[in-house]
Amino acid sequence: MATDCTKMRGTVAIVGVAESDELGRLPNKSSLQLHMEATHNALADAGLKKSDIDAVFTSGRNMANDVPEYLGIRPRFVGGTQVGGCSFILHVEHAMAAINAGLCEVALITHGESGHSRIAMPAPRWGDDSTNNQFELPYGTVGPATGYGFLATRHMHTYGTTGEQLAEVAVATRKWAAMNPKAYARDPITIDDVLNSRMIAWPFHLLDCCLVTDGGGAAIVTSAERARDLPKKPVYVLGTGECATHMMVSQMPSFVSWDAARISGERAFRMSGVKHADIDVAQFYDAFTIVPMLALEELGFCKPGESGAFVSGQRTAPGGEFPMNTNGGGLSYTHTGMYGIFTIIEGVRQLRGECGPRQVPNAKTAICHGTGGTWSAAATMIVSTER
Amino acid sequence: MTTPNYTGPIPKPTPETTPFWEATKQRKLRIQRCGDCAQHYFYPRPLCPHCLSRNVEWVDASGRGTLHTFVINHRPPRGFPATGPFVIGIVQLDEGPKMMTNIVGVAPDPKQLRCDMPVEVVFEDLTDEITLPKFKPVRR
Repeated sequence: MATDCTKMRGTVAIVGVAESDELGRLPNKSSLQLHMEATHNALADAGLKKSDIDAVFTSGRNMANDVPEYLGIRPRFVGGTQVGGCSFILHVEHAMAAINAGLCEVALITHGESGHSRIAMPAPRWGDDSTNNQFELPYGTVGPATGYGFLATRHMHTYGTTGEQLAEVAVATRKWAAMNPKAYARDPITIDDVLNSRMIAWPFHLLDCCLVTDGGGAAIVTSAERARDLPKKPVYVLGTGECATHMMVSQMPSFVSWDAARISGERAFRMSGVKHADIDVAQFYDAFTIVPMLALEELGFCKPGESGAFVSGQRTAPGGEFPMNTNGGGLSYTHTGMYGIFTIIEGVRQLRGECGPRQVPNAKTAICHGTGGTWSAAATMIVSTER
Repeated sequence: MTTPNYTGPIPKPTPETTPFWEATKQRKLRIQRCGDCAQHYFYPRPLCPHCLSRNVEWVDASGRGTLHTFVINHRPPRGFPATGPFVIGIVQLDEGPKMMTNIVGVAPDPKQLRCDMPVEVVFEDLTDEITLPKFKPVRR
């Protein structure tokens, strides 16, 4: 029996979102405490009680067993899909499917990570006989900072994309951060500042790279029917999509395109029926400046190879034609290690009109997108105040 | 001879990768080819990732390829000797598969490196047991 996924369009809503009490450098808080704070705050935002939660989704170093224990919840649906930082966007899709199947009604999606301070962070290590330890780590990789650059280099070679164009993203995102009191890095920067910042792994300078912070975030998803009785304006999930293609970046299907993002975006747009011109605001996971640029290409906002031109002239900055990463992104607001939850939080807040000086006027429809691993997975979500 | 001052990751072969590591120790680059769809692939595994056939065989690769893409890492990972920036490349072998490696015999300078430049394999002993395939630029 094949069911048409478009039937799920608008059947669930995001009704609560929140960060942990603080974000940044929090050496006094464990990763599970950050989960707890975010969950507590998201429940308050939703006008729901802990006892209303009947599904828990989480990902990362704390498993889907840790969170119910710490919070004292006994969910009857458990989701622990772990494909890296975008996992929480996949969780929205999985919560939507579970709610539609009648398996649960109120889903908590939670993230907590002591990414900088490393408090109570179980530290998994690649086994000596893992494929990663055999075929990548001996060549001196340092995780995402080396892995994400391979695509940037080939993109520059193929399309003429420049370091200045990458820097446009960092500068524009910092301007949004300046308007977000929760953002970690708020001082203005210039393109020269980015190009003159310390080299991390060519072609990435320090200011091409996301922050490393501590923090948590949570979102609560429930049926559209139940959402109507809750205090905040429901933000309906109109379309979702996901894909995973590899673990080791050397096995990535292509180094000039991002198949996982394209596949995830195609379903999200098809399910939602939304046109690109209807998108008012975009939240694209910016682990490195090149990542939201590839999202622009693969989600169809520009053609392959044209993202450098697209972001030029501060087009994604406040007042630009394409408001992107309005919280200041992983580059300037917060990046705990798994940023995906924060795309959801900011997308919802923009549609509720809660963003103060950084509010995009009359934003009704948002797109949230994330990467996981090293271009390994991607997820896309289109949300709107209108069904 | 082994790499001096190295305390970084050391590959531990598994049953499906042992023939690869035995070959590099002999200064040979061995990869696999599918007997059904005829495509080469890397990393080693007992089924073809293109068509899922189990009819696969080991073959000697030419050791030639092109530098598909690269980064220049400025931060030495834990356990690596701090000898300055170095090049991590993705090489596409003439047989088709891509693999991660280091590009050696060239300055770690983006002006000295170019996507699609020809490269060929060299072997560097990491330990007495493990030899890594690396690549250097060549004229063709």
